[in-house]
Amino acid sequence: MLARTAESLFWLARYMERADYVARLLQVAGHMSAVRVDSDRRSEWESAIIASGGSVPYFAKHATIDEVSVIDFLAFDRDNPSSIANCIDTARRNARAVRTALTTTMWDAVQGAWQELPRFRDAPKNADLLNDFLEWVRVRVDLFHGVCSNSMLRRDSFYFLRTGQFLERADNIARLLDVKYHVRLPQVSDVGGVIDYYQWLAILRVVGARRAYRVLYKGRVEPAQVAELLITRSVFPRSLAFCYQQITHHLDAIEDQDPARVAEAKRCAHSLYADLRYASVDRIIENGLHEFLTDVIERTEALGTQIAVGHLF
Amino acid sequence: MPRVSAATVFDEMGWPDDVRTPYALIDAWLRDTPPDQLALKRREAEVLFRRIGITFAVYTEGGDAERLIPFDLIPRVLAQAEWRNLRRGLEQRARALNAFLHDVYHDREIIRAGRIPERLVLHNSQFRPEMCGLDLPGQMYAHICGIDMVRTGPDDYYVLEDNCRTPSGVSYMLENREVMLRLFPDLFRRNTVAPVAHYPDELLATLRSLAPPNCPGEPTIVLLTPGIHNSAYYEHAFLADEMGIDLVEGADLVVSKDVCYQRTTAGLQRVDVIYRRVDDDYLDPLVFRPDSMLGVPGLHFANRAGNLTLTNAVGTGIADDKAVYIHVPEMVRFYLGEEPLLKNVPTHDCSRPDELAYVLDHLDELVVKAVHGSGGYGMLVGPHASRDELAAFRQQLVQRPHDYIAQPTLSLSTVPTFVDDGIAPRHVDLRPFVLCGADQVRVVPGGLTRVALKEGSLVVNSSQGGGTKDTWILED
Repeated sequence: MLARTAESLFWLARYMERADYVARLLQVAGHMSAVRVDSDRRSEWESAIIASGGSVPYFAKHATIDEVSVIDFLAFDRDNPSSIANCIDTARRNARAVRTALTTTMWDAVQGAWQELPRFRDAPKNADLLNDFLEWVRVRVDLFHGVCSNSMLRRDSFYFLRTGQFLERADNIARLLDVKYHVRLPQVSDVGGVIDYYQWLAILRVVGARRAYRVLYKGRVEPAQVAELLITRSVFPRSLAFCYQQITHHLDAIEDQDPARVAEAKRCAHSLYADLRYASVDRIIENGLHEFLTDVIERTEALGTQIAVGHLF
Repeated sequence: MPRVSAATVFDEMGWPDDVRTPYALIDAWLRDTPPDQLALKRREAEVLFRRIGITFAVYTEGGDAERLIPFDLIPRVLAQAEWRNLRRGLEQRARALNAFLHDVYHDREIIRAGRIPERLVLHNSQFRPEMCGLDLPGQMYAHICGIDMVRTGPDDYYVLEDNCRTPSGVSYMLENREVMLRLFPDLFRRNTVAPVAHYPDELLATLRSLAPPNCPGEPTIVLLTPGIHNSAYYEHAFLADEMGIDLVEGADLVVSKDVCYQRTTAGLQRVDVIYRRVDDDYLDPLVFRPDSMLGVPGLHFANRAGNLTLTNAVGTGIADDKAVYIHVPEMVRFYLGEEPLLKNVPTHDCSRPDELAYVLDHLDELVVKAVHGSGGYGMLVGPHASRDELAAFRQQLVQRPHDYIAQPTLSLSTVPTFVDDGIAPRHVDLRPFVLCGADQVRVVPGGLTRVALKEGSLVVNSSQGGGTKDTWILED
């Protein structure tokens, strides 16, 4: 297949996945700030900005963190490349550039989302509409991934698409977990306290893991177990281990006529997958969760570069 | 606004009182369907077109960059007998145009025979000396032609212009039919409309037949687009998709040792035939415009080396030049030894002093066109022009007579069309597509009908507010 087509499919999937993630962040921030009984509701919105990876562009525009600014920035701000509106726009632009590589239903899913988007333009100013919007984004993205599964030929185009999707998800999960490092608790004694509990709970909610957590751990939310679920448990589709299982699987399936050229990308992916699969959470926490996650984020980024190099993007 | 008087206009349907046979079922349908249901269907059609993403970018307008070309629900219908004559004429004309192209890039017999002035060909910016002496598969140059026809009476058809470069619009022929089939399946059950959906297969067969001499086996065919910002991008994607070939941009291709390759995830892969929708000027920066980012360096040399076919070939613009147009009937006689089946519009060549004098005297009755213009730009419709416009054009004509031709204002036929307050006649033209392969000439029964939506307007170009209709050729 054309290298440019592979690149566009890869980014199409990444931006759809990112739109979903940002919608989840906003949903949870809204929910958590509403149920929090203490005064520091601001931290939920701060977490959302940090977890979206948008701190730098945000603070270039806003001096302080507040609900209205964060919602506006993450949902519709055209200056934020990762705002939901921009993600859908970019996804659609990539889709349009490679229309011939898309099935009809895939195009319908992307084009339909893009067409409906303006309907939600006032969502940042209207709480009900915002809820509808965020729910709509998630349904739309699910629809997109679903029609990909159900309509695409299992060939390179599909493998590039899925590689993009899970690379993006891995990056998102690592950033989400790392939020705890950036949003400090008011006092050291608060560790294990109510605020701490809610922050870990929020992380679970973002990845839709409350039920999964209950099924697997059958108890109260414990930080080490949340970390374990999101890092090593490949039975859970929003864990790093699951993402890397998918990435290695799809990378290996891509037809390569020159194994030497793609060897580095495969090495990156497989070694990180091994690290995640056999990780001991106790040891990770002992050596620093933040350091571990930073390493994952950097290696994920390097993998993206290696895929581009190896497959002539 | 001046209007073409109703008495002189031929309505193809004979609407409302004198309905012609091919339109009998359309007439019944319009009478039997409640207006609110038709209004509903019109809205449905718009939703379908938006969904498909079949849009047309208009460069000069701000705002909605991806605009829909208005689609009118009432089909334009031709009886089989009417079409049969047209079709034979179209094939004949396309053969003559290709014979002319082969001739001007080889022995120029038509010039030596004194049938076409040498100046007109050799001093024409559309003439590409780079193509001289190059033999092409089947001696074909203009492989995809869109020939614009107008009609003024039951048996009076004229060719308005020949589009031999990169004619567009065929996706509308196909999508208009798809949408009509979805909205009105019953209507098709009652009529016997010749299908058009096999056009992509015919196009692919044409492209296959044009494999270059050095093609190692089954040719690899791609469609080259200027990219997502081109006004016809949708059509490029659509055709590539329908044919199952790759849609490439200049940056996806590379020429090495006179062989063209596409960059794939598995390395370089040889390309043999390029259906290019990039203009000559932008095709190869080594030969044509050096600043072009849309083309591929070396493409022309791959073509010359016999390793690559470009469709349409470079240099076909010399055949659809508006001044050369005057001589097409002569080409038919000269190359084919036949009488032309399709008429030209009587055309004044302003470069001839006697004709220029006539044109200046009758400017308010004539349509004046810039020889190299397209898309309805640089054009004067005398009867509809203001005093100032006439004066401005008069000045240009005197200064650069070689750049203009003039034609009488034809009273184009009309077809009933939905307008704001009901149904009214609107002027139409027809662009059928002729495919010229190395093996045979193919014509799909149909074409693009464009309709001037403004009352009395004769300009059907989509860039100037024209719309489209589904075009039906009835089977016997």
